[in-house]
Amino acid sequence: MTFRNNALAIAMTAATAVAFAAPAMARDTIQIAGSSTVLPFSSIVAEEFGNSFAQFKTPVVGSGGSGGGLRQFCQGVGANTIDIANSSRAIRPNELENCFANGVTEVIEVKFGYDGIVFASRTDSGSFALEPHHVFLAGAAQVPQNGQMVANPYSRWNQIDASLPDQEILLVIPGSNHGTREVYEEKVVHPGCDSFDEVKALSGEEKTNFCNAIRTDGRVVEVAGDYTETLARLDAQSNALGVFGLSFYDQNRDRLQVATVGGVTPSLETIATGEYPVSRPLFFYVKNAHVGVIPGLLEYAQYFMSAEVGGMGSPLEAAGLIPMDDDERAEVISAIQSRTLMQP
Amino acid sequence: MTTSTQITSEMSLAEKRDIMQQRVAKSLKRRHAQETRFKMIGMGAVGLALAFVVILFATILSKGLPAFWQAHITLDVYFDPDVIKIDDKPVRQSTESEAAFNQRMLAWQTQLGFVNFNRIILDSLEKVIPDAKAYQRDAMRLVTSGERFALRGMVEENPSIIGQTLKLNLLADANVDVWIKDNIDRSLPDAQQQLSAKTRQWVDELEARGIIQNKFSTALFMNPDSRSSLASAGLAGAFMGSVMMMLIVMFLAVPVGVASAIYLEEFAPKNKLTDLIEVNINNLAAVPSIVFGLLGASVFILWFKLPLSAPIVGGLVLSLMTLPTVIIATRSNLKAIPPSIRQAALGIGASKVQSVFHHVLPLAIPGILTGAILGVAQALGESAPLLLIGMSSFVASVPSTPFDQSTALPVQIYLWQGNELRNFFEARTSAAIIVLLSLMISLNALAIWLRKRFETRW
Repeated sequence: MTFRNNALAIAMTAATAVAFAAPAMARDTIQIAGSSTVLPFSSIVAEEFGNSFAQFKTPVVGSGGSGGGLRQFCQGVGANTIDIANSSRAIRPNELENCFANGVTEVIEVKFGYDGIVFASRTDSGSFALEPHHVFLAGAAQVPQNGQMVANPYSRWNQIDASLPDQEILLVIPGSNHGTREVYEEKVVHPGCDSFDEVKALSGEEKTNFCNAIRTDGRVVEVAGDYTETLARLDAQSNALGVFGLSFYDQNRDRLQVATVGGVTPSLETIATGEYPVSRPLFFYVKNAHVGVIPGLLEYAQYFMSAEVGGMGSPLEAAGLIPMDDDERAEVISAIQSRTLMQP
Repeated sequence: MTTSTQITSEMSLAEKRDIMQQRVAKSLKRRHAQETRFKMIGMGAVGLALAFVVILFATILSKGLPAFWQAHITLDVYFDPDVIKIDDKPVRQSTESEAAFNQRMLAWQTQLGFVNFNRIILDSLEKVIPDAKAYQRDAMRLVTSGERFALRGMVEENPSIIGQTLKLNLLADANVDVWIKDNIDRSLPDAQQQLSAKTRQWVDELEARGIIQNKFSTALFMNPDSRSSLASAGLAGAFMGSVMMMLIVMFLAVPVGVASAIYLEEFAPKNKLTDLIEVNINNLAAVPSIVFGLLGASVFILWFKLPLSAPIVGGLVLSLMTLPTVIIATRSNLKAIPPSIRQAALGIGASKVQSVFHHVLPLAIPGILTGAILGVAQALGESAPLLLIGMSSFVASVPSTPFDQSTALPVQIYLWQGNELRNFFEARTSAAIIVLLSLMISLNALAIWLRKRFETRW
């Protein structure tokens, strides 16, 4: 009996010691989480940051999607919460409210560049020259026809427009946990949807719901994972058309061909000039309460924004980020330096 | 009933045997066929399972083994004192405090951090490619960008190499590796290639001259993960994380599990309460591992305020998960010890504790160890609970304590399979799988060896 008691007592003491010794240790590594689109950029900066500054540790970058990252970010202030949330969209008002409710009242918003969203298919399938309304008609649950809303009748691309390839419709889009999905809806589906007179007649919310409804007959596939999963779909089904980030497409150009949207081929230049319509700004959010507590936090943000890291000809540009112009960059840098906080 | 008894009694013994034999002969063929059918189905099932294992191993090995060899560029690197202009490395004086020395050291490291090691690499490339400087951007795509930090590390370690020329094997860029291994279609037009025409031409030329060679890559084992220099991404961080978690499981789950199993099996009274505990332990063993992850996230991180993505939390979560397995394995091994051993011990005057710890436990140890090792191996391959406690993060450093941020081998596999550069990381992912599988197989082999070595038969 005594042996058992001793063994148990030792194990319990060890466990408790471990549990209560930890909070005393301050964290000295920056913790980042969020968007899987921002993850590659953020990881590169983290690694270079750790390598360039001997006094700071390499920050740790997690994924979880923009929404997941911001939720973690807004959990509260303290060493066991993250310091930076990566996001491929701006923080929503309700998310910011949640932050304030949990005591995260000081948030610095940093916009660091742009990203394009492209449609790509396998190199051995037909090539696409898309217009927003093509994409809407291919993916919608109901489409307007002669003043009526009817269930989506299209099964082949060339039924939508004769210029499109004669192949089955199969659209692989990001799931609703991705920030990319929001941009896809906002920049492609809604403009396409709005081009119909029947839709223009609808009112605000009714219109949004109508345009966002996707067909459920298996011709639209939502992918909750990352772009690799979308690519795997394309590997399995030759006629699929997938939605990717420009940087992902860029590194897999040997397997994918990109579709033009509105006649413009997506590239660094066409996105930077705004000619290619489907692009979005990328953000990260810094917890001001952790500045000065977690070493290197502000330095990381400044390093991220420096032109040699994120400007033209930088490692981030090589990884597919579309850099901001110098004026915009200077504005963001001064906002970081003055630690401009977001207002509720 | 009466008639049949009559008939039987009227028949001779020989007649009865004949009838029996006929009946047996009639059914014999059918029974033989049944047996053959069952054997065939059994063999078919085993064959199918084996075929799948063979396919699995064949694909993983054929994809992953080439990744253990990577393209290296052999260059004469001149550590040019005109480029590396730094002070002497600080040496601690006897009068100096540690803080002051660290301050000086940091200043020196910062100075070293500003040295342009890309320039050193470019100068060395120029010796083998005369027009390297004219096409600087193309030339810098040959050597992976992390090598500049490797050179810096060499200088930091031993500043006396400044001014010397060393023959070094530098890791080539991930896309160079893809190109020389034919993992990208060479006939594709320029627009679909990752490397520029100039770089590709150089690579082919240098390969023909023997300057670019496929060499066994230590980067895979010695480096932590990397995203800015994909060719140098390695498993060291994930490996250390997994080792730490395994140690925590071994020192937490195994003693606690074995102790509770001994108590429940040998000492605890058999009543409603212990029945309830037993049922719950069996249920706990069947709980999906992801549930333990959720528990870990809410208890260890939010409540105990342990750090995110740290092996300590992973180890605790995996310990909880392994505990029921260890308890069940230990109990069944204790049950298998014949009661005569206990009775004999008690009969010659040993106390209950003495009979258990001097006689029963030593006999059960090999089985208990096997169970414990299999439990630890299962924990080693677990990834789902780790995703929920932040261990799926990108960590570019090797953890030195269980409180440092880290990943684990199975999570690293998950991260690499999601990397954008598919042509390079498909092979790298399979290589990581090979490393994990070899670890698992050696643990299982150890379990089998222990069982064979110490097994007692009655």
